[in-house]
Amino acid sequence: MHRPPLPTTSAVLELDQPLPLDGGQSLSAVRISYETYGHLAADRGNAIFIAHATTGDQHVASKHPITGKPGWWDRMVGPGLPIDTDHFYVICANVLGSCMGTTGPASLAADGAPYAMRFPVITIRDMVRAHVALLDALGIARLHAVVGGSMGGMQALSMAVHWPGRAARVLALASTAAMPAQNIAFQEVGRQAIMADPAWAGGAYYGTGAAPDAGLAVARMAAHVTYLSEATLGEKFGRRLQDRAAKSFGFDADFQVESYLRYQGAAFTERFDANSYLYVTRAMSYFDLAEEHDGQLATAFAGVTARFCLVSFDTDWLYPTAESRKIVHALSAAGAAVSFVELSAPYGHDSFLLDVPALDRVVAGFLGTGQ
Amino acid sequence: MLRPDLALIAGHVAPGSRVLDVGCGDGALMAVLQEERGCDARGMELDPHDVAGCVGRGLSVIQGDADTDLAFYPDASFDYAILSQTLQTTRRPDLVVEALLRIGGHAFVSFPNFAHWRVRASLMWNGRMPVTRLLPVAWYETPNIHHASIADFRALVAARGIVVEECWFLSGDRQTSSAAANFRAEHAVFLLRR
Repeated sequence: MHRPPLPTTSAVLELDQPLPLDGGQSLSAVRISYETYGHLAADRGNAIFIAHATTGDQHVASKHPITGKPGWWDRMVGPGLPIDTDHFYVICANVLGSCMGTTGPASLAADGAPYAMRFPVITIRDMVRAHVALLDALGIARLHAVVGGSMGGMQALSMAVHWPGRAARVLALASTAAMPAQNIAFQEVGRQAIMADPAWAGGAYYGTGAAPDAGLAVARMAAHVTYLSEATLGEKFGRRLQDRAAKSFGFDADFQVESYLRYQGAAFTERFDANSYLYVTRAMSYFDLAEEHDGQLATAFAGVTARFCLVSFDTDWLYPTAESRKIVHALSAAGAAVSFVELSAPYGHDSFLLDVPALDRVVAGFLGTGQ
Repeated sequence: MLRPDLALIAGHVAPGSRVLDVGCGDGALMAVLQEERGCDARGMELDPHDVAGCVGRGLSVIQGDADTDLAFYPDASFDYAILSQTLQTTRRPDLVVEALLRIGGHAFVSFPNFAHWRVRASLMWNGRMPVTRLLPVAWYETPNIHHASIADFRALVAARGIVVEECWFLSGDRQTSSAAANFRAEHAVFLLRR
């Protein structure tokens, strides 16, 4: 499917105030890289903020500058699409700690050297705090909606809980209110793979010409499997061999699925910084909306004013339906207006990014057509 | 066009009230309550296609099961809880009715009357489970696992100390008299309170 390129505005905001962080530190001269699509209405009421997932970026519906690939959600965001840029002013910002222009471990600290591991450990709420600073700078007091899948959903929920009133609608896809142990575990595997790579060098690899690409690739391979389903892998690759008639009796990528994963891992190192991967996944593992409320999620949601919509997918074993249901039950207990549906789709966790027509209907219906 | 039992319920919900429609299906009643009666309507529905359709038309509906998911709503969080044509599909209709009255100040419950004369005739003359307009599915694949008559339902609410504030009876698409309703009505709608 080829669409004409969507008119996009790319910009960088430098915060003039230090950004306070949950860890107790603060960051000065934070830069936030973001893109916008569509036009902001005169009353500034038609803005939708899209929060991206772990390794996503602000190029939600524009060509990625490194890979040249289309935007990661260009099937959802555009004129006449469920997040309709003819009606809405869409904002997507690279998260704090990432590496696509927003301040992260690869950015230069005040002393002119990259932060590397001197970058403070951040949280999902810190990411959202930066988003809110961006919204303040754009003069947007109340979003029509905040939308996100996976880690993006965590940001959307955090905005609803920690900045109540900031968004009129909250749409969280394939997400959770607290990172489940299994996901913490998989991400620890990824971080250990990076830190076990000698080229990681305690994070101080910037400017050396080396980088822990091998470790980062393994982290990506492990994570990539968690985004898929046996049905997807089985159908796409099965047990088919890669460019050969028989097994090699060696450790080459005999199987297509091995070759595919190696490619995914290697390609990822072209566009993502290993230290950013450490920081962003750390933020996710710390995420627990109920933690400050004695484990009572309904208490965390007390006083929210937004309408919520949660969507899960039946083949998603990374953020399974049970996680969305916990949120739905807590929101019901808090008296919030909430919609929830588990959709059937074969693609595992990645379903929220892929062709699921029922999802398009839910997203479009929940968001409405704006003004 | 609303289904007759839904039209009847819609006509008796106070404007502007908070309503939970359990088993809301495609959201037809919710839409009417919201658009014509100014209600704050929420829904629960088991079927994911119906839920997606409801959310797609801008309604607040969660995919859930009346038997298990009503527990998560706080006491008295709605003015009305509605259970239309769903009671007979639940595992524990008695507990579901209790849950409706815990959540809502009032509850509307509508259900097909298993003592309607056609049902009786089918059992009496054919010795077969009835397949009728309101019960169109054969016994082995029907979602209706707890058939009840109007008399059964009256006995249940009486035993639980539940007040029947009003009740209506339908035959075909028309309202019928309450005389011999347990024999003549295909369908009953009860308005209950504690």
